[in-house]
Amino acid sequence: MSDLYEVAIIGSGPAGMSAAGQAAKRGLSHVLLEKTDHLSDTIYKYQKGKHVMATPSNLQLRAGGYEEGAGGGMEFDEGKREFILDTWDRQVAEMGVNVEYNAEVVEVSGEKGDFTLKTKAGATFRAKTIILGIGTQGNPNKLRCPGADHPMITSQLDDPADFHDTHITVVGTGDAGIENALGLSEEALGNTVTILNRGTDFAKAKQRNADLLQAAHDDGKLQIRFKTSPAEVRDGEMVLETETGQETIPCNTIIARIGSQPPRKFIEAMGVEFTSEDRSAFPILSPVFESTKPGIFVIGALAGYPLIKHCMNQGYDVVEYLATGESPKPADEPLLEEVFAGLPGNKPVDHWLEVYQKNVDIFKGLSTLQMRELMLDSTCTAFAPGEVIFRRNEQGSSLFAIAQGSVAVEVDPNDPSITVPIGQGSIFGEVGLISGRRRGSTIRAAEETVVVELSRKAALKLIGSSPEANETVKRISIERQILQMFGSGLTPDDIAPLVASAQTEEVRAGQVVIQEGDDDKDLFILRFGSMLVEKAIGDRQIFLSYLPAGTFFGEMAVIDGSKRTATVKASVKSEVIRLPGDGFLELLDKKPQLRERALEVMADRRRTTDFIESQKDSVDNALELYTETAKFLSEQGIGEATDALLIDEKLCIGCDNCERACADAHEGLSRLDREAGKSFAHLHVPTSCRHCEHPHCMADCPPNAIQRGPDGEVSINAETCIGCGNCKSNCPYGVIRMDPVPPKKPSLLSWLFFGSGPGPGEASYSWRKSHGDPDLAKKAIKCDMCAGIDGGPACVRACPTGAAIRVAPDKFLTFAKITEDVED
Amino acid sequence: MASVAGNRFKQDERRRNADHVSFLKHRRFRWLWIALMLCIVTGLGYAMIDQEPRPNGGSWYGYTLGTIGLLLIVWLSLLGVRKRKITTGQWSLKAWTSAHVYLGLALIVVGTLHTGFQIGWNVHTLAYFLMLLVIISGIYGVIAYATLPSTLSSNRKEMTRAEMLDALTALDRQLESAAQPLGREQTDLVIAALEQDVFYGGAWGRLTGTYPGCKTNRALARISESGSEAEERVHALLVKRADQLGQIRRHLRIRALLEVWLFIHIPATIALLAALLAHVVSVFYYW
Ligand SMILES: Cc1cc2nc3c(=O)[nH]c(=O)nc-3n(C[C@H](O)[C@H](O)[C@H](O)COP(=O)(O)OP(=O)(O)OC[C@H]3O[C@@H](n4cnc5c(N)ncnc54)[C@H](O)[C@@H]3O)c2cc1C
Ligand code: HEM
Ligand code: SF4
Ligand code: SF4
Ligand code: SF4
Repeated sequence: MSDLYEVAIIGSGPAGMSAAGQAAKRGLSHVLLEKTDHLSDTIYKYQKGKHVMATPSNLQLRAGGYEEGAGGGMEFDEGKREFILDTWDRQVAEMGVNVEYNAEVVEVSGEKGDFTLKTKAGATFRAKTIILGIGTQGNPNKLRCPGADHPMITSQLDDPADFHDTHITVVGTGDAGIENALGLSEEALGNTVTILNRGTDFAKAKQRNADLLQAAHDDGKLQIRFKTSPAEVRDGEMVLETETGQETIPCNTIIARIGSQPPRKFIEAMGVEFTSEDRSAFPILSPVFESTKPGIFVIGALAGYPLIKHCMNQGYDVVEYLATGESPKPADEPLLEEVFAGLPGNKPVDHWLEVYQKNVDIFKGLSTLQMRELMLDSTCTAFAPGEVIFRRNEQGSSLFAIAQGSVAVEVDPNDPSITVPIGQGSIFGEVGLISGRRRGSTIRAAEETVVVELSRKAALKLIGSSPEANETVKRISIERQILQMFGSGLTPDDIAPLVASAQTEEVRAGQVVIQEGDDDKDLFILRFGSMLVEKAIGDRQIFLSYLPAGTFFGEMAVIDGSKRTATVKASVKSEVIRLPGDGFLELLDKKPQLRERALEVMADRRRTTDFIESQKDSVDNALELYTETAKFLSEQGIGEATDALLIDEKLCIGCDNCERACADAHEGLSRLDREAGKSFAHLHVPTSCRHCEHPHCMADCPPNAIQRGPDGEVSINAETCIGCGNCKSNCPYGVIRMDPVPPKKPSLLSWLFFGSGPGPGEASYSWRKSHGDPDLAKKAIKCDMCAGIDGGPACVRACPTGAAIRVAPDKFLTFAKITEDVED
Repeated sequence: MASVAGNRFKQDERRRNADHVSFLKHRRFRWLWIALMLCIVTGLGYAMIDQEPRPNGGSWYGYTLGTIGLLLIVWLSLLGVRKRKITTGQWSLKAWTSAHVYLGLALIVVGTLHTGFQIGWNVHTLAYFLMLLVIISGIYGVIAYATLPSTLSSNRKEMTRAEMLDALTALDRQLESAAQPLGREQTDLVIAALEQDVFYGGAWGRLTGTYPGCKTNRALARISESGSEAEERVHALLVKRADQLGQIRRHLRIRALLEVWLFIHIPATIALLAALLAHVVSVFYYW
């Protein structure tokens, strides 16, 4: 039996490695168990030469400042991947860290004081405590066929150029597999690439990738094999299971991109609990990072902290706690002091943490650790009575909570004196958070008020990790949405029964919510997403209109008891609130004002329907064009857009002035690819950001660098972006590119007269490369709607013919706009 | 919809610059009306003001017309700078182009009246005819802008230029292997087709879309469709190649037609500015 270590650290990423370094310095008996044969596999796998960023820049690195014992601790600063890995390798050796490579831990048993860890290779280790820093990458899935361990199988492709003139099979048609296959099938490499698809479609991949792959197949660059799966892997060949039987193809390398197993199951098996069933949930942790299984500590990305600096600090903190029984003053203390600096009374961090936690309902279920983390991503502000917190129609997707005081909501745009109060402990701004749309009303402080503004990311994380918070936000938002939608004159009491019977439902893109001709009688409120309304006219389904989030529908059948007169289906993933028709009718009976408003909306919609129906005999088939165009635009993501660039190809002369203007307005890189993208009836949707209502790109940005700005633009903060590329892979429209800031160009005049420099527009790659600083990091760039530029988006201003226009779907997806004749 | 929460559309639409009309129809033909007014006013002035000894550039009215014309021409020339310098502010190139076209046309009236219909072999008349040359090329340009874009887009079929070339390269690779079993003579035909520069044909070929020396067509004519299996396959691929080349060439042709007039419009503008300088200097010198 092996020795009993004080601590076993699993995973040698920045978190685990920093913990091990600190343990070595403290003279704690320890072992660092690493799955691979090198340290820090996630960073090892970054692209060669990647410039690693050290954000947040104002956060101090713990270990680096530690002066006792063995001297300076594990270092980390911004720099090239190779340099950082070399430094860590050297330091780990110098500090005498006890590392076991090729030691993938597969099983943990025992209790605090005596855990037993088994590795895949069969070795066992014993330790009193465990620090778990295995990151979130998980284990790549293996092929399920004989030969799955064959050395020619890999789950990763660093550089397609490493392979040439060879037979390669890619298994899996998700985005990763498709991108690899496309890269490998590059003409110059001379590879024979086959990609296997178990089914017949590419449901797991982005449409754009699927299209590219199909095109590559059609061009003979590679071969897609549908309904085909691996049957056996042998030296130099691979047996395929096809519809018509087995077939053997030559094969020297297999790239298996069939997803990976998140580490959750493995961790749960140790007895560690997670905050919820949600896929994005994290383990429940105490303020000292101890999990629900005593003696097991969780740090790093797995604990919900994806930035390297955070990871390293936590490793340090946990070991300090184990060594001294006391946790050091958290490294984020100075940051939190900054967060609370604007609040009155000069109170310490702990005071405010307590006030917020005690007073705000949605914070009740949180641990101190969660509180700290939440507040770090938030803004705390005190308002004087009467001061405006936000205004109607301002852009904003953050959530506010009131810690002290109360606010007044101006519910009537025409009369600011009509207000509704929201009291201490409650929240506001939730509509913006959920729908991604502008603020519905102006809110002022009613007295001395202290609030916290949670960024969208922080708010979503809170909702995802605390079931109580989730419930509360849901209930309040339904109530408020109903109040807001049906106008003034209603009180929360009036609608209480309706709210109680409301149900929220998720709707897939394309799913039908209301079917024409049915006689169900529910009313729906669109919480987020958007809907397309269609009607059968003659033998065709005709597009009637587009419904943005924050609207209601289904009122006609409820009010006049008729059958459904149109079909309503989701254009993107959406969420609706279903209200029983009876409850709504009761409310109408009680509130004549409300009935009037509902009738107004109904009459308005009838007019649209009648108008469109009246077009059915028009000679030029305008209805057909309208319906097809609306369908096309919605497929191109305009349904979830807030502001998108379209090009009318009846006017576009192909001068590319729009691209040049974009580049010149933004440090020399164009964020728009005019030619790429789809067209229908001469309407072209170029590859350019649509500023989605719920931007997919924001979902997984470690430093939270993507934000929505005051004009509604979704923009990336170049200061804090670490260049990880997550946003690029998350954007379904392929509009994000990764590039370093290009060098400055000589002025326009010196180009005009002396021909110096590359001239207007984006300089060629080779010019940028030869004139630029090779050490600049690649960052994510995309359209920011020319934020901050007086005059607005340069692309449309620079178009000589009027071909380039920017549109909002609610305004553009109408009959008048789509069938507009722009020619002379 | 009446119940949309946020309604900041006016502001947003303004920022978005969302009015979907062409430069010709910009702001309900605002600049057309302004240009027409300019023509009518200057025409009436010409008819009604008694110019001594006879209407020409030397009378006070002639000077007025000359100044207007000169300023217009200088301003019209600045479009070349405006187009390349994306400064901030509420301007759009569409509005500039719209004004450019209509005010440029108005110059026919203003300039002609300024001459007082005195034509001769001198620098003054040279300037006048250069101006007409610029304007006529401009008129061609507007016609091209109004009629060609939709053919450009139909021909493109959602492909980018790079994709068209890639598609050709892919076909070439297939052709190369498909041609292996062919005889010497036929192989040479295929190789010649593959080796020919995609952009061969020069400016004339581009503009007219005629490529008499196209080696792909030549190979196509000589490799039979109903020969051996290999010939059949090569033939089919050559048809595809010819189609792909056709698309690229049509693209080049339309682009060329959209641009060729600028090769007159811009140099003639520069010559015009030089001639105007000489014209003005000589007028003041001999005054
Ligand atoms: C492309 C990319 C770029 C990024 N760029 C930056 C950047 O510039 N700056 C920044 O701050 N952050 C960046 N990040 C985020 C950062 O790299 C990670 O969040 C961070 O590495 C997480 O550290 P960790 O220690 O928690 O886990 P990881 O670094 O993921 O390390 C986990 C380690 O555990 C090992 N392991 C896993 N399972 C077991 C097991 N069962 N037994 C034993 N060992 C195991 C793994 O092999 C691995 O070495 C980037 C991320 C990506 C993907
Ligand atoms: C004497 C009068 C004129 C002068 C000096 C003049 C000058 C210019 C200049 C310098 C440009 C910029 C070209 C470039 O840089 O790409 C231009 C563009 C253009 N001109 Fe004129 N022009 C004149 C009259 C006209 C007229 C009468 C018309 C039309 C009827 C016209 C139509 C155009 C058009 C359509 C463009 C292209 C705009 C674009 O693509 O950006 N011009 N002109
Ligand atoms: S980058 Fe992509 S996901 Fe993000 S807002 Fe733009 S289009 Fe939407
Ligand atoms: S903006 Fe994109 S590349 Fe930059 S850190 Fe965020 S997700 Fe990563
Ligand atoms: S500037 Fe206008 S005309 Fe020129 S390429 Fe762009 S959209 Fe087309």
